[in-house]
Amino acid sequence: MTDTESPRTPLPVIELDDVRKTYRTGALEVEALRGVNLRIHEGEYIAIMGPSGSGKSTLMHILGCLDVPTAGNYHLAGEDVGRMSEEDLAQIRNRRIGFVFQQFNLLPTLSAWRNVELPLCYAGVGRAERRTRAISALEKVGLRDRIAHRPNELSGGQQQRVAVARALVTDPALILADEPTGNLDSVSTQDVLGLFGELHASGRTIVLITHEPEVAAAAGRVVRIRDGNVQDDTGSDPRTSTDPRTSTDPRAGGASTTLTWEAHQ
Amino acid sequence: MSWAETLRIGLEAVRTHRSRSALTVLGILIGIAAVILTVGLGEGAQGQVRDQINSLGSNLLVVSPGSTTSSSGIRGGFGSASTLTSQDADALASRDVAPDIAAVAPASQRNLSLTAGTSNWTTTVVGTTPDWLSVRARKIDSGRFITGQDVTGHAAVVVLAATTAEQLFGARSPIGATVTISGVPMQVVGTLTAVGSSATANEDDQAILPISTAANRVFGGATRTSVQSIYLEASSSKTLSAAYQEANSELLALHHITTPTGADFTIASQQSILSAATSVDRTLTVLLGGIAAISLLVGGIGVMNIMLVSVTERIREIGLRKALGAPPRVIRRQFLVEASVLGLAGGLAGAALGLVGAAALPHLISQRIDISLTAAAAAIVVAVGIGVGFGVYPASRAARLAPIDALRSE
Repeated sequence: MTDTESPRTPLPVIELDDVRKTYRTGALEVEALRGVNLRIHEGEYIAIMGPSGSGKSTLMHILGCLDVPTAGNYHLAGEDVGRMSEEDLAQIRNRRIGFVFQQFNLLPTLSAWRNVELPLCYAGVGRAERRTRAISALEKVGLRDRIAHRPNELSGGQQQRVAVARALVTDPALILADEPTGNLDSVSTQDVLGLFGELHASGRTIVLITHEPEVAAAAGRVVRIRDGNVQDDTGSDPRTSTDPRTSTDPRAGGASTTLTWEAHQ
Repeated sequence: MSWAETLRIGLEAVRTHRSRSALTVLGILIGIAAVILTVGLGEGAQGQVRDQINSLGSNLLVVSPGSTTSSSGIRGGFGSASTLTSQDADALASRDVAPDIAAVAPASQRNLSLTAGTSNWTTTVVGTTPDWLSVRARKIDSGRFITGQDVTGHAAVVVLAATTAEQLFGARSPIGATVTISGVPMQVVGTLTAVGSSATANEDDQAILPISTAANRVFGGATRTSVQSIYLEASSSKTLSAAYQEANSELLALHHITTPTGADFTIASQQSILSAATSVDRTLTVLLGGIAAISLLVGGIGVMNIMLVSVTERIREIGLRKALGAPPRVIRRQFLVEASVLGLAGGLAGAALGLVGAAALPHLISQRIDISLTAAAAAIVVAVGIGVGFGVYPASRAARLAPIDALRSE
């Protein structure tokens, strides 16, 4: 995490309170998340790590509003998304979250800028504005000269840059990247990580899910998930994970914790 | 997302899978073209019969005699009795008796041989009155028609229909020439314009005589006042049923019949002749149309099949769109639009093929085809309806997909 000179109090973008998720497959009940508490503040760059089966994918789906928790509360940018309808969740995903996937998930028939404008289509933005915003997002990821190219005419790293531009275009509160470098070679990995670094520097909140330690190292805070629980959290004082109140509102809790937090920012 | 946007995405999806879309469209196309052509064929056949019957005259009623029963108890069919007379016709012609009957033409006919010089020709000889011309909606081609004077004076004059004149005189003008019928020399005073053959007789092959001349000098026989039919023309199509009632009650009274079921005559209207004649055609049209509709249904199932394949194939795309914020209803709408684009394309192409077929087929099978544009438009609407109807299930399946499941699938 780079230092920011602004003394403003960071707002919690994500608040998870005792979030549980149980899957039922036939008679078998699988507890994927067993009471996760997590606060992520504006401007944070956080990596979530864990072995497969640890529940990190489930956590990512809940963070991304692609799934709802069985129990517990989830506030995204102050809104309780835990019990929203399918329709409202779609809107939240559209306005608040920018997704970056391992598989890039670009539509092969559309050119780069048409892929980037896609979220704006669902936000009801007019055609001319969509194009302008899509092109400026592609400019930010350094692909101004590739706007008319289709995904199959771009390298893996470039495709992931297009995907990042698509995640940026709605100006979301949170960028959620699920193994974004999993399908990339080391050069492209550095390329995309550099991009995330720049985005973080410009004040974006980034949550990155990975199992590669060198990718996690780029983030300022690493949360390790194991057996459906937060096992380790480098970003906050160990006490905060046992006392959610302090991290819910840094100003209300112990001053020392808050100070640690802000110093870290 | 706006409708225009959705339509654009739908069109793109159809364009992306060109050959698959084309095959799906083909199913609808064949169904629509088949429906349009079969309905057109049925309409054409009915129209042909309708035209033939309308060529008999307009607002026409035909009175025919009832059946006879011989002394040995054998009953003849309708028209075998000679219960209708010229007096009946004269009574119906009275304005006081039947105000809604505009014109009356009694007629009796025989098949007789006509001789003109060295050529001869056997045809239908009709004895009637001057009103026959207007009642039967015929026109004089050259010369004149028989007149009232011809009738009262038993004049030896004849009017020939087009084919008869041609058979006897070839290209020469028959006016003023002499034709011998049953040994009686007659002067040809006019010819009739050709109208084509009707359902019952060749209207262009007959010779018209004054009714008095025919009864007394040509046909002969014991009951010289009896006629085979009386043609009535109502004053307008609105008064047709009033004219029917007037003719019916007057004839019952004249024939001293008290119970209407005991009538010794029948009155047929063009409508009743028409509906009897076209009922078979209508049944056939319904039958063929039904078969064509089944092919349309099969085409619709083709659309559903392709849409289901499309949903399965694009499961990741659907998941992605959902992750990017597409609500279920927008996904549903997108697939519905895609299905209706397929339906519309099939409908338009099918209607076009149907119209081309309707233009080309009559030359090959010599059968008239009547295409109504409203039917073609309705077929296109039905095609779109089929697209939407059979697209509902695949579209809601796409809309119901959980975004994580959709994204996860390979």
